[in-house]
Amino acid sequence: MARLRYLGRKIAWLAITLYGVVTFNFVLFHVLPGNPVQLLVRSGHLTQQAQAAITRVYGLDHSLIVQYLIYLRDLLRGQLGLSYTFREPVSTLLGQYLGNTVLLLAAATLLTIAMGVLVGVIAANRRGGRYDSTTVTASVIGWSLPTFWTGLILVFVFGVWLHAFPIFGSQTPNAVYSSFWVRYEDIAAHLFLPTLTLVVVNIAQFVLVARVSVIEVLAEDFMLTARAKGLARRRILWSHAVRNALLPIVTSSALLIGLVVSGAIEVETVFSWPGMGRLVYNSVLNRDYPVIEGAFLVFAIVVLLVNFASDLLYQALDPRVREA
Amino acid sequence: MVRPVVASAHVPGPDEGPVPNVAAEPVKRGQLRAVWQYVWHDRLGRIGVIAFVLVVIFALAGPLIFPFNSAAVANTSAGVLLGPSRRNWLGTDELGRDVFREFLSAAHISLEVGLAATAISMILGAVIGIVAGYYGRWVDNMLMRLTDFFLVLPQIPLVIALAAFFGQSLGIIILVIGMTGWPTTARIVRSQTLSLRERQFITRVRSLGTSDARILRVHILPNVMPLIFANTVLVIGGAILAEATLSFLGLGDPVQVSWGTMLHSAFAAGAIGRGAWWYFIPPGLGIVVVVLAFTLTGHAIDQALNPRLRGSR
Repeated sequence: MARLRYLGRKIAWLAITLYGVVTFNFVLFHVLPGNPVQLLVRSGHLTQQAQAAITRVYGLDHSLIVQYLIYLRDLLRGQLGLSYTFREPVSTLLGQYLGNTVLLLAAATLLTIAMGVLVGVIAANRRGGRYDSTTVTASVIGWSLPTFWTGLILVFVFGVWLHAFPIFGSQTPNAVYSSFWVRYEDIAAHLFLPTLTLVVVNIAQFVLVARVSVIEVLAEDFMLTARAKGLARRRILWSHAVRNALLPIVTSSALLIGLVVSGAIEVETVFSWPGMGRLVYNSVLNRDYPVIEGAFLVFAIVVLLVNFASDLLYQALDPRVREA
Repeated sequence: MVRPVVASAHVPGPDEGPVPNVAAEPVKRGQLRAVWQYVWHDRLGRIGVIAFVLVVIFALAGPLIFPFNSAAVANTSAGVLLGPSRRNWLGTDELGRDVFREFLSAAHISLEVGLAATAISMILGAVIGIVAGYYGRWVDNMLMRLTDFFLVLPQIPLVIALAAFFGQSLGIIILVIGMTGWPTTARIVRSQTLSLRERQFITRVRSLGTSDARILRVHILPNVMPLIFANTVLVIGGAILAEATLSFLGLGDPVQVSWGTMLHSAFAAGAIGRGAWWYFIPPGLGIVVVVLAFTLTGHAIDQALNPRLRGSR
């Protein structure tokens, strides 16, 4: 029962937040003075007819409430407006680029979590030693690196200097692949540096969280019991300590997705990775507001859904957590 | 993230006369000195403080000794993207300007934006946290929902949407970063206020009929100040990173060049492909050093205020 109530509360909160994001978006792009459509109408380069036409197309002749309802209706139908530069529906555009971004996000997130936990647990096990202090110092430095600059440095070192990895796009342009396998290899090579950038920058918090929570668990009484039972040290560490240290790691995973989504915009720009992040960058340069608006909405929704999933996972892992 | 009680407020005993000023100076000053002592004797904390002082000196004195004129494009006889030389210590940029001078003046802008944005975040976070924690009930509920809302939104896309919309000036960038950086502060301040509210000295002044406004100002605020201060130092690093990112993405102020704007120009001019390391390495290193300085100092202050963290370093 409590479990159901928890689920209900979480779903309600998710719905409220989603609604909040959508409304926030409307206010930002449609209500505030100087919004893009008004700027377009007032730019002074339009004839009276053109102004009237644009006003009608964007529904500016309606009251704000009606505009809001139209906006909501369009959203439900998946309509996000037309891109100024591409002359295409924003939803089509985002759909084209979403796949590449998801690939990058998934690779970066999974690698960050796996490697971060591994490094953090080993550091906790060797607490106070040289490995430990080096890890902590490296993590703090990693935390201070700007994502885009780390990408630039990797481009310079591995691309320009060593010619070890491709630094542009997601595939070799105009390549003819002899088999599927060769094609995947090519994509993986292109994926390497962008993913590495995101891992280097975001791994720090994972390492630190995993390390601290394992250290805390190792100090618990049941760890002493496990040792007294004569269990192997490795087994105590990896199956007993890590399992009990999992909760803070799940929480950080949810936070991580927000960071990785932000980082993806920078990394895709640096590596010209054809995803939503680079689309945002180009749209910012071209002041293509409908695309910026749509992309923000998609990013926000992705982050909200991941947070929701992690809340559920959190509760599944620890039944004590009913209140969040 | 519930933090243990931090401030050691003077709790008046039952026999004391009129309610004394709880935020009595000696207590606070002693605590500040203790914090400083701890930070200075912590190895990483000391490195952070020294790095910070050095950067501030460079950013303030640098442009005075080596003034940079961003418009001095036409009258340079130097070539573009030239490597370091005796004339141009860090080479020249894509317009033939001196990178070293540009770097120093950009340091000033980056720090200025970081500090100003953080000030906004701190005021917002402190006010929201204190009000939520003190009034509790539905006020608390609503404010914390709002905080959670801003906490889950991905900051960079949000800031991009806001900045793309409101335009490219330093003021807008400061405002936008400041308005999105407050949620963690609000949460921390709230939990501290919650525990203060239940303390005896607050119940006593309240029963004497002191107004809420006065309780908040005179009794609560001074006691959450150290916590806000520790948080400030940590938030500045994030604000400087956010500014650099925005500027790198082309949303920076085109006239007031920051480290992020320099990196945007370097990237757009193809400095990386041409191997012009003197152009894109210094601004990035500058950002790393500043953020690192604030992070190390902030963690040391955090540990000083919160002994429980010390063991887990």
